[in-house]
Amino acid sequence: MGAASRLVDLPPGSTATVSALAADAGLRQRLEALGLRPGQAVQVLRRGWWSGPVHVRVGMTELMLRRRDAARVSLDA
Amino acid sequence: MSTIAVIGMPNTGKSTLFNRLTGHHSQIGNWPGLTVELMQAGLELSGRTLQLVDLPGIYDLRGHSEDEAVMRRFLERSPVDLVLVVLNASQLDRQLRLALQVQRLGLPALVLLNMADEASRFGVRINTEALSSGLALPVQLVSAKYRQGIDSLKNSLVHQLAALEEPAATEQQKRPQTVQQLESRLAAVDAELDAAMADLVERSITLPGRWRDQRTRRLDAVLLHPLLGLPLFFLAMALMFQAIYAIGVPVQEGLAGLLDQFGQLVLQPLLAPLPSLVRGFLLEGLYQGLGTVMVFLPVIALFFLAMGVVEDSGYLSRAAYLMDAFMERLGLDGRSFVLSLMGFGCNVPAILGTRVMRDRGLRLLSMLIIPFSLCSARLNVFLFMAAVFFPARQGGLVIFGLYLTSFLAAMLTALVFRGRFPSEEPLVLELPPYRLPTAGQMITRAWSEVKHFWLWSRRFIIFGVVAVWLLNNLPVGVEPASSASLAGQLGAWMQPVLAPIGINPKLAVALLFGFIAKEIVLGGLAVIYGQADPAALGQAMTADVSVPQAISFMLFTLLYTPCLSTVAVIRSESKQLGFTLLSVAWSLLLAWLVSFLAYQGIRALA
Repeated sequence: MGAASRLVDLPPGSTATVSALAADAGLRQRLEALGLRPGQAVQVLRRGWWSGPVHVRVGMTELMLRRRDAARVSLDA
Repeated sequence: MSTIAVIGMPNTGKSTLFNRLTGHHSQIGNWPGLTVELMQAGLELSGRTLQLVDLPGIYDLRGHSEDEAVMRRFLERSPVDLVLVVLNASQLDRQLRLALQVQRLGLPALVLLNMADEASRFGVRINTEALSSGLALPVQLVSAKYRQGIDSLKNSLVHQLAALEEPAATEQQKRPQTVQQLESRLAAVDAELDAAMADLVERSITLPGRWRDQRTRRLDAVLLHPLLGLPLFFLAMALMFQAIYAIGVPVQEGLAGLLDQFGQLVLQPLLAPLPSLVRGFLLEGLYQGLGTVMVFLPVIALFFLAMGVVEDSGYLSRAAYLMDAFMERLGLDGRSFVLSLMGFGCNVPAILGTRVMRDRGLRLLSMLIIPFSLCSARLNVFLFMAAVFFPARQGGLVIFGLYLTSFLAAMLTALVFRGRFPSEEPLVLELPPYRLPTAGQMITRAWSEVKHFWLWSRRFIIFGVVAVWLLNNLPVGVEPASSASLAGQLGAWMQPVLAPIGINPKLAVALLFGFIAKEIVLGGLAVIYGQADPAALGQAMTADVSVPQAISFMLFTLLYTPCLSTVAVIRSESKQLGFTLLSVAWSLLLAWLVSFLAYQGIRALA
């Protein structure tokens, strides 16, 4: 497990591949429906002020998700 | 008649498409087994009568949200002839999954790739023939916003429905069908859907090598800037409200003048033969009451126009991003903020909007704060009072102060109650690309909102004015609105509670009716003070009410229960009488406390 093994730790501007989602069924379905599936490349665009949400791009879709939820997305090291 | 269900993910332009097809004649329909109302509309095509049903936006037929459950119940219970699957053409890389689910259920379907204009702008190439053969369903590109492909879509609908009636169609395809064992059938195919979707995307779609939407990229760099983002957002909102009043208020004054002229020059002579009691009721009650609301329609139309632009441009979802960190600390999230903002138009749809939240605690807490949003009905009371009790220069400041109070009351409420309604709801939202809203679309939308407001408030006003008038004139023979009238007695009875906040018996009756709807307050005051003309009403009020009293009245009006409709919708959405009572009691308590502090404070200072 490297330092950037979770989406929440990925610095803005960098890209990585999703390896797993450690979320309950509801959140997993929502993430997958929005394109955040294992095997997909995800890029972090920016992070919000005051520990605000992470703005990411996956495929043709841009998303915001809270850091707490982004911590559930594991990345290939 | 054939029933066509329109389904799709959020942000696919599904409702725009629905309106383009049906021409804005939709109405609310009730469907068996569903607790929510769905929009439906009839459509005549080549001698066929079609009924289109607009289902809520969903991500996944197997999803856990309330809307997704509604969709499943609908498909299981209501027979449909055809499913129209609306997908965002530039996001097929993830949205095709929904089309595959429909196809695997064996439903007769037509797949629409909407926002085709955007897809080609972003460099997404789609081979519709390959997609159609891969899905074994007809596929068509459209752009509902720019009316491209709508006629050809109508042709396809007719063709496909005709094909289902041909002898070659199987027995099962022919009649409208409901879906049996929906959940277990979807679960059985779930594992192979990802591979099937990847294969379809591979065969029929070419995604751009790099992100082409430089406009969104550049705008976000500024508008979502860690330091500049929020100040820019509030600046934009402040400018928006400034513009609304700068344009709206002169129009409103012009309209008020016209209505007044019409009343004096046309209605008064016309009604002259009637007995004075009836004439007074019609002219000073009904005409005046309806007129006071009508003059605010331009401001309200502008408000909805501006909100429509903010929403359709994509900036509203950015507001959720910018405000989430702050809202999280209040126990809420970015969506609660956006809904509160929508509540500035009308609280009722904003409360209905909390359906997107799955977590009960979060939903209830959001429902508790939305009623503090200063809605357009309250705004019309404040615009009038501010003009009567304050010099023109200070009027704007007073309105701004009320907006600020509205915001602070919502914050305080969240802080007080977040412990009682804790939530762990994750927040994952799409940030759509920035879009230029079309003028036609914005105007149609503002028009339908205004029409809705007008029909809604007219009902309340007629009822309210009749009731206020009766209270003022009963028992028979009393001096209207005197202390002997029912209204006077009621007002006097409430004095022990209301005197400390400066609310006299007359204002008390207006507040009592404001409980039904704020639209009644001005019309009610006109009846209570027996002054039809706004200028004369203003004079009568300044003679009777001091400035601290007026401020207390405005604060109370802002904070207590917005209207019975809001209470009703809180009851139906929370499904809890106790919670509904809490919401009403808390807002009354807060209104009283704030008015008390303001009234006594100003008097002590002066």
